[in-house]
Amino acid sequence: MEPKTAPEKFIVPIGPQHPALKEPGHFEFTVEGEVVTNATARLGFVHRGMEKGAENRTWIQDLYLMERVCGICSHVHALAFALGVEKLAGVQAPPRAQAIRELVSELERIHSHLLWLGVAAHEGGFDTLFMFSWRDRETVMDLLETISGNRVNYSANVLGGVKIDISEKQADAIRKGMDFLEERTKHYLKVVTEDETFLGRTRNIGVMTFEQADFLGAIGPTGRASGVKRDVRVDSPYTAYNDFPVKLVTHTHGDLEARFIVRIQELYESYRLVRELVDKMPTGDLTVRVPRRIPEGEVISRVEAPRGELLYFLKSNGSDTPERVKVRTPSLCNWSSVLVTAVGHNLADMPMILAGIDPCFSCNDRIVTVNRKTDSTQMDWEDLRQYGIEYYK
Amino acid sequence: MENMMQGVMNKVKTWARINSPWAIHYNSGSCNGCDIEILATLTPRFDVERFGIKLQGSPRHADVLICTGPVTLQSRDRLVRIYNQMPEPKFVVAVGSCGISGGVFQGCYNVVGDISEVIPVNVYIPGCPPRPEAIIHGVVELLKSLQP
Ligand code: SF4
Repeated sequence: MEPKTAPEKFIVPIGPQHPALKEPGHFEFTVEGEVVTNATARLGFVHRGMEKGAENRTWIQDLYLMERVCGICSHVHALAFALGVEKLAGVQAPPRAQAIRELVSELERIHSHLLWLGVAAHEGGFDTLFMFSWRDRETVMDLLETISGNRVNYSANVLGGVKIDISEKQADAIRKGMDFLEERTKHYLKVVTEDETFLGRTRNIGVMTFEQADFLGAIGPTGRASGVKRDVRVDSPYTAYNDFPVKLVTHTHGDLEARFIVRIQELYESYRLVRELVDKMPTGDLTVRVPRRIPEGEVISRVEAPRGELLYFLKSNGSDTPERVKVRTPSLCNWSSVLVTAVGHNLADMPMILAGIDPCFSCNDRIVTVNRKTDSTQMDWEDLRQYGIEYYK
Repeated sequence: MENMMQGVMNKVKTWARINSPWAIHYNSGSCNGCDIEILATLTPRFDVERFGIKLQGSPRHADVLICTGPVTLQSRDRLVRIYNQMPEPKFVVAVGSCGISGGVFQGCYNVVGDISEVIPVNVYIPGCPPRPEAIIHGVVELLKSLQP
């Protein structure tokens, strides 16, 4: 081989099947030595065509399809969909149903944040923390199972309310579980803020300033760790968040450590909220009637998923199937932040930075963004569909 | 004599395989639900490692391929490639309703179908998602079936 004089760029491809990734995604990091100079992502391995699929199913069937956009934040997807349909139909779920919806949302947030804490620690090579946090996560999984009957995909929502009720016995179990988790979370907060080796991997790594975060549209805990004050639960309360408000948690540093701290402090908020909800649960009915044919119209419904703002756009033509369902998930908004913060860091930091936004591939795989320095193409849903059909002909 | 040696070697290999199968996990389009339950089997409450089962990264080291989800058009080639990269003998475990029949995603335009349409499957574990206990049970059943 001819020795080359000009410094050669080396591209490290990661994925779609890779030990550091639990879900398929493909990344290419251009490196010079150990330092990453450019990053691109290719997503779409989990693209299933759900939005199109939703148009062939009835509103009621769609509730269960939408719940399976993502298994980690399944409840919020069904919730956003149900809230939108209820708005279109002009009905409102009774207060008790709203409170139970909020309760399940918060329990889900707890499970999701603990899951993330474990996965992020694992990417950082700290497997002990991974095992500990997943052991404790089983507590909240048990609670979700006792109230809904399933550990994942709880199907708590129906159009017009919920189908599960909280009995006194279950409320007691929830209180006990929260006490236990609060104790444990104190320990985790101590670990992520004081452990020297861990701080070496998180402090001042992957820093995103407020301006960058604001410009890139970072949302959820990723944005809040950079000081972006955005939380749908606070900005436009849905379900019972008016009666049981939540405090906004933000941080200013914008590095990985801040993302850990924000998520852990959100856990405390969730524990408090869950306790308050089971103590002051309103009484009354669980459902109202929703017509099978939904009146014509368009609606946008927003909720705060564990990873950030989740947006649903629904369009009805007056029949029993939707005309259009559009889902925009938080992970998609946060991808650009990874590709920007990655530049200038060591390759070894990449798994942590990737995990830092808590990416969820099954959520965001409905659009393909090819992001290179020279050319940048964005395909919308129609193009993508056409492209998919052409490509696999 | 040669035959006898062969026989002994085979016995040793089967013994090793049953006592410590290495698994690889691939998500070919699932909703994540099954994947987090597979991950949960590794954690202290369930702990599959007590059966000698180890989840690891490279298909070239794996005996068992644990698949989740329906197969999407994009990941089909990857799935076949991973399967082909695994050394013989290899076994496939399909986890979840989606892997068995396509589940809720049946009929979506980018979904090929269930896993058995792409690669041969040895064990099916039903559920949406199956509980970690069920996943462990499925893998243990697979190991039992290898018992001479
Ligand atoms: S079986 Fe259920 S949990 Fe598993 S991937 Fe399919 S929809 Fe998700």
